[in-house]
Amino acid sequence: MKFADEFRDPAAARGLVKSITELAGNGEYKFMEVCGGHTHTIYRHGLEHLLPPAVELVHGPGCPVCVIPMGRVDDAIWLAGQPDVIFTTFGDMMRVPGSDGSLLEARARGCDVRFVYSPLDALKIAVDNPAKQVVYFAVGFETTAPSTAVTLARARQLGTANFSVFCNHVTIVPPIKAILDSPDLRLSGFIGPGHVSTVVGNRPYRFVPELYGKPIVVAGFEPLDILQSVYMLLAQLREGRCEVENQYSRVVRDEGNPAALALLAEVFELRSYFEWRGLGFISQSALKLNAAYAEFDAELRYSMPGLRVADPKACQCAEVLKGVIKPWECKVFGTACTPETPIGTCMVSPEGACAAYYNFGRLHRETAALVGQQRAAAHG
Amino acid sequence: MCLGIPGQVVDITDPDAYLAKVDVNGVKRAISVRLLTDSGIDIGDWVLVHVGFALAKIDEREATATLDAVKRMGRAYTDELDAFRSTGVG
Repeated sequence: MKFADEFRDPAAARGLVKSITELAGNGEYKFMEVCGGHTHTIYRHGLEHLLPPAVELVHGPGCPVCVIPMGRVDDAIWLAGQPDVIFTTFGDMMRVPGSDGSLLEARARGCDVRFVYSPLDALKIAVDNPAKQVVYFAVGFETTAPSTAVTLARARQLGTANFSVFCNHVTIVPPIKAILDSPDLRLSGFIGPGHVSTVVGNRPYRFVPELYGKPIVVAGFEPLDILQSVYMLLAQLREGRCEVENQYSRVVRDEGNPAALALLAEVFELRSYFEWRGLGFISQSALKLNAAYAEFDAELRYSMPGLRVADPKACQCAEVLKGVIKPWECKVFGTACTPETPIGTCMVSPEGACAAYYNFGRLHRETAALVGQQRAAAHG
Repeated sequence: MCLGIPGQVVDITDPDAYLAKVDVNGVKRAISVRLLTDSGIDIGDWVLVHVGFALAKIDEREATATLDAVKRMGRAYTDELDAFRSTGVG
């Protein structure tokens, strides 16, 4: 299916919702959208309120900012405090709280923390400041890792010795698998990540229908993309099909981006394990610089604290990330934890479920709270 | 985290360094097209831009639709545009 103008057409939306309502009938469907960008679209456009009660959207851990544990944030802040270091980062990592403040607060204390749009900007800062050590805070799934890889290849080509990368890239398949293995959830299917898939293609998700018997539809980021994907999931379930489908075919190819995948293989290797906020330690779920690029690895260049820090007691990010609770069901949502005074990463990152809901969904908060309570009561 | 936004290639600024200039809603900046070496890049192509890189090519017709929808995202889009405006690679 390939619609162009209809992606924003309210009439098409109404038609889709009608078809979804008919298909869903009296069933109870729980679809998880993995990607933080999808969560953002869903709340921004109030899609959950368009869908019939038979269809519930559950928010997953596909926000690469949200899943970074506090200990790693502390390491980043430590790096920023080292002599002669210029610490470069994407904007949304700046306000993530560590044990003792954020990168933004470290900057206020005098650390040289700089926002960058691209890892190439970080490399340029290194080239322009040969007397300084420039560290780049690499965050993101397979969508972003190839950009770090290209930057590192360029750093090697230029011989930029004062550049290093603090690598926190994570991969998409392990958390999906962890969610499927979790006893907490009974999901009917998945709305698959759109931009990760431009790099990895559709094939990595085959284990979802083949090993777990759940359908997955790779979706774009417009409201109608998501509605269309819900329709496609329901159609699969009603027709007894179970497969990987690509709704975002205008950008995602089955084989992904081979050049990007080759670069990932050239620069990175899989860590044997990595800690995810909310999901614990997951094996083979994150990237680090391989031996050929070890000279640019900040974790080898510096002796970072590397401590494991538990989340604050009040924080329920773990449950939100796994889709076990909704943002408004968190005890500190909107009270102690707001975008201005965030406790956890779900509230800090623009893609976090809590931030998305706080910014866009609060008009319906009372209704949503009631729905949350009703569902909790219904499920005991 | 950084959206993927559609931009149109207006110039191939440095083929050896894989840099091209793209126009995102009137803002022109250089980005890397290193990840699209398989398909190649021509002036006029529409690409998905993410953290200063072209991730994939898109149909112009479909890209215009995406851009219009993205404009409606309001704050997230203007933040992304501000970030894109700040890049100083080329």
